[in-house]
Amino acid sequence: MNLQTNYLGLKLRSPIVVSACPLSENVDNIVQMEDMGAGAVVLFSLFEEQIKRESAYYESVLAATSNSFPEAQDYFPGLDDYRVGSDQYLEIIRQAKEQVDMPIIGSLNGITDAGWIEYAQLMEEAGADGLEVNVFYIPADLEMEGVAVEQRYLDIVRRIKANVQIPVAVKLNPYFSAMGNMARQLALAGADGLVLFNRFYQPDFNIYELKVNPSLEFSDASEIRLPLLWLSVLSGRVNASLAATTGVQSATEVAKYLLAGADVTMTASALYKYGIGYLETMHDDLRTWMRRMKFESVEAFKGLMSQRNIADPSAFERANYIRILEGV
Amino acid sequence: MVTLDGNEAAAHVAYRVNEICAIYPITPSSPMAEHADEWAAKGIKNIWGDVPEVVEMQSEGGAAGAVHGALQTGALTTTFTASQGLMLMLPNMYKIAGELTTAVFHVAARSLAAQALSIFGDHSDVMATRATGFGLLASASVQEAHDMALISQTASLEARVPFVHFFDGFRTSHEVSKIHLLSDQQIRDMIDDRWVFDHRKRGLNPDRPFIRGTAQNPDVYFQARETVNPFYEKTPGIVANAMQRFGDLTGRSYHLFEYTGAPDAERVIILMGSGAHTAAQTAEFLAAKGKKVGVVQVRLYRPFSIRHLLEAIPATVRKIAVLDRTKEPGAIGEPLYQDVLAAYMEDMQDGGLTAIPRIVGGRYGLSSKEFTPAMVRGIFEELNKEQPKNHFTIGIQDDVTHTSLPYDPEFELVDPTMTQALFFGLGADGTVGANKNSIKIIGGHTDLYAQGYFVYDSKKSGAKTVSHLRFGKNPIRSPYLIRRADFIACHKYNFIDKVEMLAFAKPGATFLLNSPFGADEVWAQLPRSVQAAILEKQLKFYVIDASKVAQQARMGARINTIMQTCFFALSGVLPKDEAIGYIKKAIEKTYFKKGRSVIEQNFQAVDLALSHLYEVPVPAAVTSKRELPPIVAPEAPPFVREVTAMMMEGRGDELPVSMLPEDGTYPSGTTRWEKRNIADEIPVWDAQACIQCGNCSFVCPHSVIRAKFFHSTHLEDAPEAFASAPINARGFPETRYTLQVYLEDCTSCNLCVEACPVVHPEDPKKRAINMEEKAPILERERENIEFFENLPMNDRAKIDFSLVRGAQFLEPLFEFSGACAGCGETPYVRLLTQLFGDRLIVANATGCSSIYGGNLPTTPWTTNRHGQGPAWSNSLFEDNAEFGLGMRVTVDKHTALARNLLEGLSDLLDAKLVDRILHSSQELESEIQAQRYRVGKLKTALLKMGTSEAQQLLSVADHLVRRSVWLVGGDGWAYDIGSAGLDHALASGKNINVLVLDTEVYSNTGGQMSKATPTAATAKFAAAGKRVGKKDLAMQAISYGNVYVAQIAMGANPQQTLLAMREAEAYPGPSLILAYSHCIAHGIRMDKGLDQQDLAVKSGHWPLIRYNPTLRKVGKNPFVLDSPRPSIPLKEYAYKELRYQILSRTNPEEAERLMKLAQELVNIRWQSYEDMASWTADSFTPVA
Repeated sequence: MNLQTNYLGLKLRSPIVVSACPLSENVDNIVQMEDMGAGAVVLFSLFEEQIKRESAYYESVLAATSNSFPEAQDYFPGLDDYRVGSDQYLEIIRQAKEQVDMPIIGSLNGITDAGWIEYAQLMEEAGADGLEVNVFYIPADLEMEGVAVEQRYLDIVRRIKANVQIPVAVKLNPYFSAMGNMARQLALAGADGLVLFNRFYQPDFNIYELKVNPSLEFSDASEIRLPLLWLSVLSGRVNASLAATTGVQSATEVAKYLLAGADVTMTASALYKYGIGYLETMHDDLRTWMRRMKFESVEAFKGLMSQRNIADPSAFERANYIRILEGV
Repeated sequence: MVTLDGNEAAAHVAYRVNEICAIYPITPSSPMAEHADEWAAKGIKNIWGDVPEVVEMQSEGGAAGAVHGALQTGALTTTFTASQGLMLMLPNMYKIAGELTTAVFHVAARSLAAQALSIFGDHSDVMATRATGFGLLASASVQEAHDMALISQTASLEARVPFVHFFDGFRTSHEVSKIHLLSDQQIRDMIDDRWVFDHRKRGLNPDRPFIRGTAQNPDVYFQARETVNPFYEKTPGIVANAMQRFGDLTGRSYHLFEYTGAPDAERVIILMGSGAHTAAQTAEFLAAKGKKVGVVQVRLYRPFSIRHLLEAIPATVRKIAVLDRTKEPGAIGEPLYQDVLAAYMEDMQDGGLTAIPRIVGGRYGLSSKEFTPAMVRGIFEELNKEQPKNHFTIGIQDDVTHTSLPYDPEFELVDPTMTQALFFGLGADGTVGANKNSIKIIGGHTDLYAQGYFVYDSKKSGAKTVSHLRFGKNPIRSPYLIRRADFIACHKYNFIDKVEMLAFAKPGATFLLNSPFGADEVWAQLPRSVQAAILEKQLKFYVIDASKVAQQARMGARINTIMQTCFFALSGVLPKDEAIGYIKKAIEKTYFKKGRSVIEQNFQAVDLALSHLYEVPVPAAVTSKRELPPIVAPEAPPFVREVTAMMMEGRGDELPVSMLPEDGTYPSGTTRWEKRNIADEIPVWDAQACIQCGNCSFVCPHSVIRAKFFHSTHLEDAPEAFASAPINARGFPETRYTLQVYLEDCTSCNLCVEACPVVHPEDPKKRAINMEEKAPILERERENIEFFENLPMNDRAKIDFSLVRGAQFLEPLFEFSGACAGCGETPYVRLLTQLFGDRLIVANATGCSSIYGGNLPTTPWTTNRHGQGPAWSNSLFEDNAEFGLGMRVTVDKHTALARNLLEGLSDLLDAKLVDRILHSSQELESEIQAQRYRVGKLKTALLKMGTSEAQQLLSVADHLVRRSVWLVGGDGWAYDIGSAGLDHALASGKNINVLVLDTEVYSNTGGQMSKATPTAATAKFAAAGKRVGKKDLAMQAISYGNVYVAQIAMGANPQQTLLAMREAEAYPGPSLILAYSHCIAHGIRMDKGLDQQDLAVKSGHWPLIRYNPTLRKVGKNPFVLDSPRPSIPLKEYAYKELRYQILSRTNPEEAERLMKLAQELVNIRWQSYEDMASWTADSFTPVA
């Protein structure tokens, strides 16, 4: 049974990819992910502002404590090897590349033009096979128009593409007026892949302490509907690989996403809940389902239920919605 | 060539020629040990391809013991120390020398604590080792410290005589200089491995056993002591040979006694250490002018070679001044003087010389007192006299015993090719770091020689730094401060009003001022004296608004790169464009790991600096009417006005001997006269929003927040802006409450704002106390403070001590210390004085608390209006428990004596009064006040009696009021160096109270590991992370059963802190309080210190406990756990601190492993505490 798939021009042995999450902070985990059959790993996100904040913090603490008192020129052991910012991240890419064969995809969450380009280049130099650009941006500025928001995404993709050779995927949120058109524009701007969808950190309130709780819950299987819809719509209609993320809890969601037209499906929550070894279970279950459905390969059913391939595309559109509402 | 300081220069060699380093921190030698530890952590190898083992010990005594043991088992072993540390090594030094063992101790020579401690340099410490049998080899410069480190090692290996290799603390240990670095091959070439093998062969070995360290009796001890003589006789020759071989290898030639000056000199000065370079340089200058003068620099002081000395001195010499950088009270003269005198006498007696020159001795340079060419010339002039003064001093004015020599301070040696620059900065503003960087740039990229020396003031917050930089084509041999600068930069604008920096400007020099005022407006802002100096000296005057440029370049408050750029642009040391190119290269090198954007940001700062640097058009005449503000208020006591103020002004050097107390006794409470005004932003009280909880004043490290309640009628005379609110207590409608901020003493740490629990009803971001700009309200608040001070002090007897909100009304008798902004220790110290200050005796271990508590010019321990207050003293680092115990014994003794005498006199006195004095309770504050009143009456009666019995009783009558003896110190003292003494003092059962300010690291000396350092944290000497758990000192003390023990953290539970301190004091036996003290050495934002305390408790790292033996006595469980079960993992607390983060950045796997281990330790400890809290009384040690 052939689970191979293509994503961002990379040949993957499986369509199950580990999405960006702190599990990949440890190279041993990455090795285990490969052992358990993962097609690729998207490393945890490198946050530009976090690097800068950390750097600034480090600098400010050292500056505040150095050379101000005769008995102590400083208060910490010599820190030549102290790795701030991106060093550690790049080191993980390097080590992972040495220890595994599957593709390693860097994940970057920038804020400034210079930051996007610089860190993308550094990841490429460190050996990343591809990049996932995570444009985590909430247009809370009420003056900002939709066009400007879209332009921001496009500009980032163009700039990065102009500076690196490796393929670049864009992780998107679904809140564009014209999601389909946006996806196409991104592909035209050079994006090699689209990852559907990013989950915003949606804050919760503590009503007794009057504080904001910036918590993030694990995704669950019920959340796959929205990406499923858009994958089905986009499959075969944009010149970019498609990745599904959010709600991949078992082989069932993997199958659904692939049927909708995803090239790969990404999971993290399930691995948090059940451990990295669960990847093996997911693969076993996927194979079992494929056997039962008599699919010899992923290619054989990928996109089978996309809007293009299904006999009644309107099932995906408004009429379908009305039907559901009317309970027909 | 490389630029480094003397400590690194010496350690570089020491590390490479040893297998073991046994270390302990002490200023100014700590960096040598720190370097060794860091090199070992990085795997740097010695010349035999091995990484030396670096072992931190609990004291210098311990280090010497470890060195001795390592040597006796055949390892090449060294240590680094200074001052008191060397004193603690003395016993082992006799042993090491007596056993003819190869070893070198590298010493940054420093003053010994006598009438006061001093961290600065002189030869008091090394001179005290003369009798040990160690060789003494002195270096005079950074280059020599590097070279002699090797020569001493080589000689010691060959001669079997151990050596102290020493150089002047700070002047050489901390001077940054461009030197020739020895290659490992050169070092290798100096050492014959056969010596090493012999050393190993002499080591203890069970395969060929012997015993060493026997006890000898009158029959043989004496003879055995004489067996070593041949070794000492050979040593000078061996050292001379080593110097010769060294010269052949490196081209740098040295002699045991180095002569400089006229070959036919008639007047000669003999001295050692860095002062020898000053003297030699001056002698060369004078000799070139035809003066018959010369200087002998002593390198090998022990074993003393008469032959080599006399050979070095021209036969023409008629008068000699021997200078000692030490003092030996009561001796005929200081040691080198006596040695030179004896050398001449012996030679003459032995038939050598037929006559000896007139020889006088003098003292100079104690505690890094400046020693300048002008002083050298003064001494030569004295030698011109028929009867030159003997036992003179130079560099001070001795108007008591008239030892001092006059000299013309204006005399200078001039090297026209040299550029001299002075930079006045604020501690931690990056000025010193940038200057070190400039030295590296210039030293590294050009043929120019470079020298940097950095002077700090005595405060840990808002301190002034002065950087002295020299650059020149010739090697720089000027180990003294710059007095005439070509370039002066003032990096902190308000120094213009405080420091007369232009006194150091050469005519025509360049003056750069970081100023918020532009080129066209700054002149009008300057005080008269500054304008006058600019005009008189025709200075070229430039300004830059560096803070604004830093903001534009998004550099925050960091102005260092900007000011450094201006220096290079203006100073002319290098062509401007070339220099800017080097700065940018240095930036790239420094920040390459942090990414291009950070580099670009710094580049932008450089470019903006150049475009915002303006020359100030200087008018023809002084226009300002503003004089410099007075140093202290005119109403200050005479001593403060005449003595303290001079030190504050930076003119302490001018104070004559007669002005200084002869026994180290100084008045209390002088910080109140030093209005430092270091904060731009200060807390402002919002009377309406405040709930009067007292939290802000409780946590204030500098005692600048004071509270009073008073009757509303007092407000009739109040200044218009004086704020008050109705007191927040029922039944007092006419009582007002005021919280007054002493804004001129504030350090802007923000802890008060963080501690305020109020959410402002109108603005949720605000509290009831908020930081605001100081300048607009300064005058107004000065008036308010004056009024507040004159409000009646609240009656201690009426204040509820048991609550934080009550404690705010107690007057602090520890105020405005020099501690770091946001210090975690001082709030505990302040509270101690609020609770018991008027009857408090404090023994304070050396460390941060003795420095912010006792470093001149001004000290924070103060008095109340009746003149009562803490009586404070610092003895040493290691002996504080014993010191405090001694105080307790006196108190007990004199109290008993007073009671006996009183009983004896009872018939002659008012019987009721006597009975009450003897039998009244003194537990409550009101009872203590009543006793004070009674003792006052008694003293009046005794004065009238006038009998000798009455006199006897009068001399101890004060003891009839109960005293509170506290032993205060840090964890370095309590866990390490003073551990045995503390253990013993606690076991004594005496009524002592111990307050350990636990920062979990040696804070004062720069963050070295102690046994209080927790697992997984890094520290100096634990660069690879602390692997062993923190010692549970609380449990150790609890094991005695009769010791009251508490573990407190003010930021987590202030009420428990208050309770524990009161319980400890009330308990009639020994008490131990361990106080968690956040510290800059933790690598935190200090305004978050209280949060970190809270997290330390929440994570279980710092459980709050109280163990009260009194409860055990009444059948209750004495162990009370005051904090709830840990609610967060340890790392949630730990990884907010750089000390823990470092390891996760340098070695993530090890960090993870250690953090897991640390968490386990927390879990286990918590479990055992929780178990103990549920035991019954009889499970604990009974109390006698």
